[in-house]
Amino acid sequence: MKRARVAYAGAVHEAVETNGQVKLDDGRLVKENEVVWLPPVNPRTVFALGLNYADHAKELDFQAPAEPLIFLKGPNAFVGHRGQTRRPAGVEYMHYECELAVVIGKKARHVKREEAYQYVKGYTIANDYAIRDYLENYFRPNLRVKNRDGCTPIGPWLTDAADIADPMNLALRTFVNGKLTQEGNTRDMVFDIPDLIEYLSRFMTLEENDIILTGTPEGLSDTAAGDIVVTEIEGIGRLENTIVNDEVFGIQDVKKEEPHAAHRGRIHKEH
Amino acid sequence: MKTALLKMAGTSGLKLVQVRGEEFVYKEKTYQTNDLILETPISGTVYGTVLNYKGELELLGDAVHEPPYKKTPAAPVLYIKPANTISGHGMLIPLPEGVEELQAGAALGIVIGKKAVRIKEEEALEYVAGYTVVNDVSIPYSSVYRPPIMQKCRDGFCPAGPWIAAREDVENPDALSIRVFVNEVLQQETTTANLIRPVSKLIADVTEFMTLEEGDILLAGVSENPPRLKDGDTVKISIESVGSLQNRVAKEEEWMVQL
Repeated sequence: MKRARVAYAGAVHEAVETNGQVKLDDGRLVKENEVVWLPPVNPRTVFALGLNYADHAKELDFQAPAEPLIFLKGPNAFVGHRGQTRRPAGVEYMHYECELAVVIGKKARHVKREEAYQYVKGYTIANDYAIRDYLENYFRPNLRVKNRDGCTPIGPWLTDAADIADPMNLALRTFVNGKLTQEGNTRDMVFDIPDLIEYLSRFMTLEENDIILTGTPEGLSDTAAGDIVVTEIEGIGRLENTIVNDEVFGIQDVKKEEPHAAHRGRIHKEH
Repeated sequence: MKTALLKMAGTSGLKLVQVRGEEFVYKEKTYQTNDLILETPISGTVYGTVLNYKGELELLGDAVHEPPYKKTPAAPVLYIKPANTISGHGMLIPLPEGVEELQAGAALGIVIGKKAVRIKEEEALEYVAGYTVVNDVSIPYSSVYRPPIMQKCRDGFCPAGPWIAAREDVENPDALSIRVFVNEVLQQETTTANLIRPVSKLIADVTEFMTLEEGDILLAGVSENPPRLKDGDTVKISIESVGSLQNRVAKEEEWMVQL
């Protein structure tokens, strides 16, 4: 089953997918373009993986890491399907990242990889935007690059784990204004889902609705305000987002964030 | 007496109390913070700031100009202490198996009082509800190039409390002495006067790129040379005008029993 959280006619609802339509928890059947899509789960702790596809690491001139490169995200970063993400004025390189998002279903501590899938509730899609202008070499990638308000669209559906026969063999694709720009397959992850659950649960307790964003394959490119970016994963769905400029947020007179001048010209090479 | 908010175990919500030193008055009775089980008074996301003490940056020395860092930070460098790390005054700090020492990260916790988006420095303190004492515990690590998740995000690695001291009672958050005692011996003494970005500036620079919500905690930073902690050590962090947070380090097996 595919599940969602939506707003419709002035109220927030849980919903499920029924024949391509959205069935609300009060029984109403509505069209998918009639609802406001919210993130399908209220995230608790969210992990994001860097350099977890060998091809992407190569693209960034990096060796795949020996242990998972993980950073965390706050709740401010998430926005639902058909949401907007701000591209600040003056930014030179902002790119999408299509990622399989794994949602944890129950408390997990010291989980062995053989049992890891028992702790997965389901899967959704995330677009983990990055603004490389702000990349600095401290706790990299920093929250200023990766944890900006609304910079991580997620959804539209949470697909039950039972409905995905092999999560380690799913095609991922990104389209910018309808043009295919990124293509990969979850089978190319350096650390697969069981690896990640085993690794994290070795030193911390995972809880229901913790989310692991498993990294992105190669094929990153710059985006512009007005672009419609669709990230899709086989069997899970397609997540749409629109990039907007400062004006939409009424930002005019605040001082502009200074791009990181030293990185200009080669920012696309680093992670 | 000053005003603070605290959470007693088994009760719901924060209670308004009068505090002085390590005691508080609730319904006309006086308690020591160690008399009752106090749960952590914080509930939002905890954002830490690295390299915000002048001495910390000085300690990096020339390395700051060399790979991988290459230059000093241009903007606040943040990290998150996730929900599993949060714990309260008097709770045990687990010492993981195979680890000899931890490091105590004494930090002023700035408790956000209302949603803060792109706040100007001059108005920043209006968005502060109060201050608390946070121990950002880590397994010692040397590089600040990659996020040290395994060293910083372990269960119970972020005691915070014992209460939230009201903003109005903290005259100047940028001139608070911070003392760390290990087994009652003073091991570290610092002051928020040494912050590179003082509290208002930090709030302004952070909310330029991300929103802080009511209840979120922004840590002002951890001073250089944080004290080391061994099995059985009791660590107390005292922040002037805010409070004293005390915890004991215990092997993971003993800590598990407490849960």
